[in-house]
Amino acid sequence: MALLPRMSIDRREALTTAWLTGPGIGVLVLFIFLPVAVVSFLSFTDYQFGASSFNWIGFDNYAKMFGSRIGRRAMVNTLIYVSIVIPFSVGFGLLVAMGLHRMVNWAPRFASALRTVYFLPVTATLVAMSVAWQMVLHPSLGIVNHMLAALGGTPENWLSDRGLVLYTLAMIGIWQTVGYNMVLFLAGLVAIPKDLYEAAEVDGAGDAWSRFWTVTWPMLGPTTLFVMVVTASNAFRVYETVATLTKGGPAYASDTLVYALYREGFLYFKAGYASAITVVLFVFLIVLTFAQFRIVERKVHYR
Amino acid sequence: MESPVTDPALTQTPALSFDHVSRSFGTNLVLDDICINVPPGSFTALLGASGCGKSTSLRIMAGLDRPTSGEVRLNGEEVSGQTAHERNIAMVFQSYALYPHLTVAENMALPLAMRRLSVWGRLPLAGLLSPGVRRVRREINAKVKETAETLGLGELLQRKPAQLSGGQKQRVALGRALVRDPEVFLLDEPLSNLDARLRVRMRTELVALHARTGKAFVYVTHDQSEAMAMADQIVVMIAGKIAQAGSPRELYEQPASRDVAAFIGNNAINFFEADNLPAGLPAETAVYGIRPEHLTPVEDGQMEGVLEAVEYLGAETLLMLRLDNGDEVRAIADGEYEVPASGSRIRLGYEPHRLHAFDPATGKRIAVAVEEQPAPIAGRAV
Repeated sequence: MALLPRMSIDRREALTTAWLTGPGIGVLVLFIFLPVAVVSFLSFTDYQFGASSFNWIGFDNYAKMFGSRIGRRAMVNTLIYVSIVIPFSVGFGLLVAMGLHRMVNWAPRFASALRTVYFLPVTATLVAMSVAWQMVLHPSLGIVNHMLAALGGTPENWLSDRGLVLYTLAMIGIWQTVGYNMVLFLAGLVAIPKDLYEAAEVDGAGDAWSRFWTVTWPMLGPTTLFVMVVTASNAFRVYETVATLTKGGPAYASDTLVYALYREGFLYFKAGYASAITVVLFVFLIVLTFAQFRIVERKVHYR
Repeated sequence: MESPVTDPALTQTPALSFDHVSRSFGTNLVLDDICINVPPGSFTALLGASGCGKSTSLRIMAGLDRPTSGEVRLNGEEVSGQTAHERNIAMVFQSYALYPHLTVAENMALPLAMRRLSVWGRLPLAGLLSPGVRRVRREINAKVKETAETLGLGELLQRKPAQLSGGQKQRVALGRALVRDPEVFLLDEPLSNLDARLRVRMRTELVALHARTGKAFVYVTHDQSEAMAMADQIVVMIAGKIAQAGSPRELYEQPASRDVAAFIGNNAINFFEADNLPAGLPAETAVYGIRPEHLTPVEDGQMEGVLEAVEYLGAETLLMLRLDNGDEVRAIADGEYEVPASGSRIRLGYEPHRLHAFDPATGKRIAVAVEEQPAPIAGRAV
């Protein structure tokens, strides 16, 4: 103690702050901010993996992406995929959660069994599940087409029809995320005070419709926001099903941003172009998340 | 009603009544054959420790729960089969149960909107399309405003519940009940989340509110002083049964059982067990009870004990004594009493009608010939 001159209390507090936040900030910079900066930088170059040099090419990569049919295709496909998966996955998640939440009262074991079933796709490896889906959706052997035929419908090429493939993938995406959203909504439902439902009943909002809009939906606001953000960011990064089931085909009909980035970067080694795709994806996600938090959050936490 | 009725309240149809109501959850009997009469305009308190069934009773009154057997009548009409909404009752919850996403005004308007507007009329922009909806909305807003003014909430109408203090939330909850003009107000421990000072002030306000509305209030509480201060009828519930129902005065002066005597009164009553009665009590075998405020040091008192501890409270002094039979006794002297040194022997006296006697086996109140007690030895020095 005597060796060091005594520091002012401000200095010491500043030092403590640095100690406590320093490691966290360091890791954040090293593993998140730095890679983002590097990728952003690379996206303005024609760098190729393994090349010893690169040229500064300005916005050429972006121009190529927005100018080419394939680049636009990947973006549009991703947006379509996301705009299908978010509402359905969130909607079904909420519906299933409300159903299970009610069922707990009269069939607790069945409810918990169902909960596990709905959650299984979340825990399962999507690549392995994709193989199963391939079998189910097989044009001539798959059970879906067999059932369709038995019901008098026309069998479809679920994964090789250009007009259908994206919707098929979106359906699998919904199937995979409903369980996760359900668990989040269940937690939200359990947290709603029972008194509020009783107050609603006394106030005349006792029927299912009014209960939902007076109590359940407003009280689930924060949960719904969180679920939407998580679902959106997962949907934007759709990759496994595309890679295993369609490889972006047929004719780029199911090409998405992350699959395009993988193809350009890791098959064609065009690191500069792949970086540009990454930056575009990143911007999409940032804009979406900010919009959701900015617009919705004020309406959701009721302050 | 063949019996000669003296109380005018009993000649009227009760605003709310329980006729042999029982409620069990599985094998657990929570309410055991309860009969309650809430006369119109009365302030009835359901008083009891937690788990005694008072909240269940209130929920059955509200229609949030159904009795296993028995009848619930609202203004003489059997309502067991009606939902909370179909009965015209209002309830104030212990947690206030305000809708956090709605402003104070919207919270208070909700019960009216639910009653007076259709599903379509309640949509946010319906007022733009339909003049009828606009008119109803205007009336609702006027009513909300008026109620808010009487509760002193006029300034807070546009706030959300999260921005209110506990006392303000309490008022909003009351306001939501008041706008509706219900038959009966049900209040479930509405003051228990407030701090002590505010609680006492709200008591007065509730009583004033009750007088102004003229409607029957049913008030659930575990705090006997709250019940004594506000109610004109107290129903004491113990373990799912009604131990006694009556005016605060009856409960205090004529407790029907040992348990009621123990529950009522600010100072815990002194009990003397039948098998170990101290000197100075009637000879008859019974459990005797005397409230500390009725046991005061007097020179020729009937009982004698050794002073063990003293609490000086300003207006009065609380004395803890040990009787010769080993019983500990609390007595109250007024604030000017010169307290003798600890360990001195003191004589304590009581008026015979302040002595309560209970059956040792059942705990029920019994009459004891108090006149036959040993006469106090006059003039004996302390």
